[in-house]
Amino acid sequence: MFAGLTDRSWLWLAGECYLVGLLLGTWTLLRGNRQSNTVINTIITVGYFFQVIGLMLRGRAVAGCPLGNTFEIFQFTAWSAISLYLVVGVTFRLSLLGYFTSCLAAAVTLVSLSIPAWDATRRAHIFGGNPWIELHAAIALFSYGVFALVALTSVMYLLRNFSLKQKQLRGFFTFLPSIMDLDHMSLRLLFVGVILLTISLAVGSVYWLRDLQSVNLTKLFLTVAVWLAYAIALGLRLRGRLIAQRFAWVGIILFGCALFSLWPVDASRHAPTSHTQAASR
Amino acid sequence: MSADHLFVLGATHHTAPMAVREKLSIDAEGAEALRRELAAMTGLREFTVVSTCNRIEFYGVASAPTVAAEVQRAFCERQHFTAAEFEQFRLSLTGPGAVQHLLEVTAGLDSQMLGETEILGQVKEAYGEAQARGHTGAVLNRVFQKAFQSAKHVRSNTAITEGQVSIANVAVELAGNIFGSLAQTRILLVGAGDIGEKTAKAFQSRGAAALSVASRRLERAMELANQLGAFAVPFWLMPVKLADFDVVACATSAPDVVVTLSAVQAAMRRRPARPLFLIDLALPRDIDPAVADLENVFLYNLDDLAKIAEQNRAAREAEIGKCRALIVERATALWRQVEPRLSGGNAANAFPQVKAES
Repeated sequence: MFAGLTDRSWLWLAGECYLVGLLLGTWTLLRGNRQSNTVINTIITVGYFFQVIGLMLRGRAVAGCPLGNTFEIFQFTAWSAISLYLVVGVTFRLSLLGYFTSCLAAAVTLVSLSIPAWDATRRAHIFGGNPWIELHAAIALFSYGVFALVALTSVMYLLRNFSLKQKQLRGFFTFLPSIMDLDHMSLRLLFVGVILLTISLAVGSVYWLRDLQSVNLTKLFLTVAVWLAYAIALGLRLRGRLIAQRFAWVGIILFGCALFSLWPVDASRHAPTSHTQAASR
Repeated sequence: MSADHLFVLGATHHTAPMAVREKLSIDAEGAEALRRELAAMTGLREFTVVSTCNRIEFYGVASAPTVAAEVQRAFCERQHFTAAEFEQFRLSLTGPGAVQHLLEVTAGLDSQMLGETEILGQVKEAYGEAQARGHTGAVLNRVFQKAFQSAKHVRSNTAITEGQVSIANVAVELAGNIFGSLAQTRILLVGAGDIGEKTAKAFQSRGAAALSVASRRLERAMELANQLGAFAVPFWLMPVKLADFDVVACATSAPDVVVTLSAVQAAMRRRPARPLFLIDLALPRDIDPAVADLENVFLYNLDDLAKIAEQNRAAREAEIGKCRALIVERATALWRQVEPRLSGGNAANAFPQVKAES
């Protein structure tokens, strides 16, 4: 039944699964019922499975990690967030995190699929055949997936904080996790994200030091700026200087900045050289 | 062979005022003696006694309709009630009505605090005891086990148990929304009044890590602390110690503010990342309302808690129709299963051990 599907078709299927999770979750919440973790996790897992196949096919077609254009970067970031959710969500069973993750994954995957220009061309040989550079890029984007979850738990934190401060505790707010659980989860995720990005930059810097011309300054500046911003946020949080709502807002704003920084970072790499459609078959 | 009869007989908070229920309540010794008497009663094939502070109910399967009157006589005699007196407050249902009543009771629909779940445990215990003594048979086993399943079904498919409806439990639920598990939460009770004590007990029952009591009269604080298994804190030390606690429940009769803005600000400087939940149960208020604007500080007063309890109660009441529809459906299906067993008679299965003993 699925034989002969292209990578994009698999990714469409994944996006649709995440959309089903979003719609089902919204419908359940509007009816005032508690979401079934089993149902939402099953839907997300099926979507994840499709996304893995889609990215694997794309990776095989381009003979490397599929990070050659905006479309692939967005897909990889969504995949990273879902990968982590499947560990964090199942382990910590944070109510509604699955719903919020499916919202984010549906938005990122479907938007990137709906804009053909993002996938019209891709940059070939961006890693220069070096697996360490490929690892550097993959870990960096995986950390962005982690930061995506930080943004989600931060949104949930703000909603819970609003409900407690405004004394609005019924309806949707009934199902949100406790404010402490959300705060702890954001902190743990931020910690993981900063470590991953640090490792990625450490790997990348080894090659940059060998060949200073190999990395565009814009990319270097933006990547280091994102890392520094997250590292400072983590440091301030650990020292109790950035807490509660401010910490949550920073988590959301920094992820927005990190996501937008991907365009100039991507554009500053090698010039596009190949067409995706040709590559994906 | 004539058909058996399923009945429920008793009195509940719906039918009898508290003063009458007090007289009807039966102590453990009395209940034991009554059970022995019922077990020996001719024609009573199966029975279970459900006795809580809000109800005394006898569920039975009898060979004739007159047996229920015999059960009533035995109970009234023991409680020194005349039949006429008891009948003023009596709950008496038979057949499908009795089945539906049990399903409503186990689902918390018949409870004084609508949707409470404690009743399910109480009925389970009563049934377990009857079953262990061999007082139940094919009919009551079926009816009670299905009633427990039905209660679970109703709870899972409606919002009848959502939200707490007492002030103390609302406070505990709010603490759960802030801290998640209360296992690491330290509670300070300021003032030794009744409502504060109830709130403290509610926190303890939900596993709060430690409880301390501060009162303007240290001896009173120590007395209550002893009673609750808590620590006593000198009142003058309370503002300084504020940072050591996660939940502070104030219920003093002091005319002025007891917990000031500056004290809370100082406490939050020492614990910036950990929220502080302040519960003001006093009138006039004990906690400066300005603290509500502080980051990571959550202040709820008596009105706030009462409003939430009222909203929860209204939401539960709005679920009654949905619950009843589910229960009627299940009670009807259950009655269809049970009726043939009653028609077939169960004399052979009736309390084998008890009959053998007697």
